[in-house]
Amino acid sequence: MKESGIFYLGGRYLRRQPAKTTLLVAALAVALFLPVGIMLFVSRAETHLRSRAATTPLLLGAPGSALELVFNGLYFSKPEVAPLTQRRVHEISADGLARGIPILARFRAGSDPIVGTSLDYFRFRGLEIREGRQLARLGECVVGARVARERGLHPGDRLVSAPEAVFDLAGVYPLKMPVVGILDATGGPDDAAVFVDVKTAWVIAGLAHGHQDAAKAEESLVLGRDDAGAVELNASVVEYTEITPENVSTFHFHGDPEDFPLSAAIVLPAGEKARTLLRGRYQDAGRDDGAQLVEPAAVMDDLFATVFQVQRIVVAALVLVAVAMGVIAALVFLLSNRLRAREFESLRNIGADPSTIRALVLFEGGAVLAMSLAVAAILTAMLWLAAPALIRHLTG
Amino acid sequence: MAAIRCENVLFRYPGESFALRLPALAIDSGEALGIVGPSGCGKTTLLRLIAGILQPAAGRIEVAGECVSGLAFAARQRFRIARIGLVFQEFELLDYLDVLDNVLLPYRIASVLEMDDAARGRAEALLESTGVSALRNRFPGELSQGERQRVALCRALVTRPGVILADEPTGSLDPENQARGISLMRESAAAAGATLVMVTHDHDSLDGFDRVVALPEILDRSEN
Repeated sequence: MKESGIFYLGGRYLRRQPAKTTLLVAALAVALFLPVGIMLFVSRAETHLRSRAATTPLLLGAPGSALELVFNGLYFSKPEVAPLTQRRVHEISADGLARGIPILARFRAGSDPIVGTSLDYFRFRGLEIREGRQLARLGECVVGARVARERGLHPGDRLVSAPEAVFDLAGVYPLKMPVVGILDATGGPDDAAVFVDVKTAWVIAGLAHGHQDAAKAEESLVLGRDDAGAVELNASVVEYTEITPENVSTFHFHGDPEDFPLSAAIVLPAGEKARTLLRGRYQDAGRDDGAQLVEPAAVMDDLFATVFQVQRIVVAALVLVAVAMGVIAALVFLLSNRLRAREFESLRNIGADPSTIRALVLFEGGAVLAMSLAVAAILTAMLWLAAPALIRHLTG
Repeated sequence: MAAIRCENVLFRYPGESFALRLPALAIDSGEALGIVGPSGCGKTTLLRLIAGILQPAAGRIEVAGECVSGLAFAARQRFRIARIGLVFQEFELLDYLDVLDNVLLPYRIASVLEMDDAARGRAEALLESTGVSALRNRFPGELSQGERQRVALCRALVTRPGVILADEPTGSLDPENQARGISLMRESAAAAGATLVMVTHDHDSLDGFDRVVALPEILDRSEN
């Protein structure tokens, strides 16, 4: 047996059969990659999602899907949750059992979520300003590291909120927000978010607005005046789409801010006892009480219990597919070798050892398997690298 | 001196009544011998016995001083690839190797042969002398039958064997190419100083051979 000759002949044979070799390698690679890839992806998703859930003690939200609440409150994902009033957050903080951090993640700037919150959020998540400064005035925003990188944003640039309904001419105008700071990268969903003060988020929601001074408005804009001196203006009045030091004083809220909506509130209990009391209070209150208090880690446990159950079934099915693929590949090899019987006889007649012919066949099969493993490994590595973006996309 | 010597050779295919009995055959070194006979008379069988592909039930076959019939299977394989050049009727080139690689095939599969620059040079020279040098990077599927035969001849000669055995190598060629092919084979074997044994059913194609024997006439047919 001559190893160098076997490698040479085997290599030549595989190269001369590119379609067959490629198809076999691709089929085996995919069959090997799928079960491994699914397990790897679920494992990475679990680590990613659980780590954020584990660092968030409690989450307050409106009654409904606890999972949607966690995804919206922690990952700022799209599915909109029923609103929770600001009053609820103040109530939970009032008796000293906990501190609430408001989250309003309903709006977008392009495809990035705008998160209305308070400065407590940055302290709680350990978010540091890398460039510029922290939020200080109504209408400002700081952006996550990825948003800044992808959009090429720097302090002093402007971002515009996306209108909720493009064809609603009577709706709220998009708000142009100055970028005052860029956050340090964390590898989490904060990198892909635009942060504003919760009051700015309410401006975007149309619950507050600023316009030219009614008292100094031209008569043509005045629809009427009441006895108290209040002026009613028509729709031609100029509404501001950017909050500046010059016009900030004209911005005002309509309605009671206690009734203004939030998506959720991160609840930081004062201690373990406070946590237990709060859990009991909201458990007793029932789901129709207007709020629910969930432990994100427990919600993730439930989610992954289901995911793992499904994963086991899917992986078992894929392993069976891989085995079937292996059997089919072996069959292709057997049939191919049967078709090559004449060639093998020629080699024997010329003087090749039977062991040389066996080694040639084994080398070709081994080379296809090795190439399949290499392709499967490359696919797995690519999935490993792409997993964070994929998880962000799936939870976004 | 005899390059090939057969004595009292008996061969029988399992389950068949036909038996090949060859009392004696001696072929001199450097001789070009043509063996003719009708289809089924045992020409290919005799050639395969001489090559050591088949093993006789009795008798003795000597090639280049080595008793081939007494060698074990692995030793026969080693002996054949190093010392005997074979040209088959269908040429039996490997489709996935180009012309040059087909010529060098014995060096790829035999541990007793070492692939070196001399072997490559010899292969190139053979392709040149047989007129297929320009086709060295082509694959067998892209060649005519005549070109394939030349490549098969180069493969048989590249190891510088003492004996070349050709089994109806012109059977699939047109008459013009048959004559040219046989002439080239004879000249190439003579140039290499090799003994040439060619079997064919066509007596007329053996002009220029040192000797032509009719196989039925040298076989013992007493029991067939």
